[in-house]
Amino acid sequence: MDKIPILRMGAFLLVTIQVDLYDRLALTLEADLVQMVQKTSAKGVLIDISAVSIVDSFMGRIIGNIASMSKILDAETVVVGMQPAVAITLIELGLPLKGVHTALDVEKGMNLLKTMIDFTEDDEDLTEDDLIAE
Amino acid sequence: MTLSLNKDTIEVIKEQDVVFAKNRIKESAVKIKMGLVNQTRLITAASELLRNMMRYANGGKCMIEVVTAGRNSGIRLTFTDKGPGIPDIAMAMKDGFSTGKSLGLGLPGTKRLVNEFDIKSKVGEGTIVTIIKWANG
Repeated sequence: MDKIPILRMGAFLLVTIQVDLYDRLALTLEADLVQMVQKTSAKGVLIDISAVSIVDSFMGRIIGNIASMSKILDAETVVVGMQPAVAITLIELGLPLKGVHTALDVEKGMNLLKTMIDFTEDDEDLTEDDLIAE
Repeated sequence: MTLSLNKDTIEVIKEQDVVFAKNRIKESAVKIKMGLVNQTRLITAASELLRNMMRYANGGKCMIEVVTAGRNSGIRLTFTDKGPGIPDIAMAMKDGFSTGKSLGLGLPGTKRLVNEFDIKSKVGEGTIVTIIKWANG
């Protein structure tokens, strides 16, 4: 059975989808990725869809699901490299992918993940300081 | 008047057939020089309808035609299945309505992506969906 590889890069997981997804492949990816987030305690997931030419409502839902599932496992998801034609189609289809962070390319996506995670850590530092102050 | 030039019918029963059908539709769209955005709209629409056919009717047939009307050329796709049929088409065409566990965007979303959309269904007999996407439209 086909599988989409999930690479670990420090605190992040990196997924590059090089083929057009069909339903079963997308479902397998969803399950594998959520399991990997838990196993590796990843803080961020980066999904590169630059080679994907079609995202229909099912694939869109899977992408949204991955983001929400990772979120409740304390990891942020960034989708990068969406083709303009795919963006047009998704909006016309009625799927704005709310709650999914996006960036134009892998580099910008990595930076976004880093800032999001720094931000959360800063937040925690602040609360600690607040506690000490009290 | 719309003239049909070229006809091709694909049986869609297994998941691999879906991939094959999408590739054939793309080939036809490229052949009539459809732009990339319209190609994407057409294949996405086909993807929704093919999934419906697989999920609710255990497969069916997909006919691909190159059509012309005046100077414009386009692709007409006809999806025929012998599934349970749709009892309330008006309801099925509403955003967010689904009898399965989906988002309910398939049919209304598909309609927004193509130029012409027609659906006929009889309970217990099956469903026929016809869409047209013009190369420049």
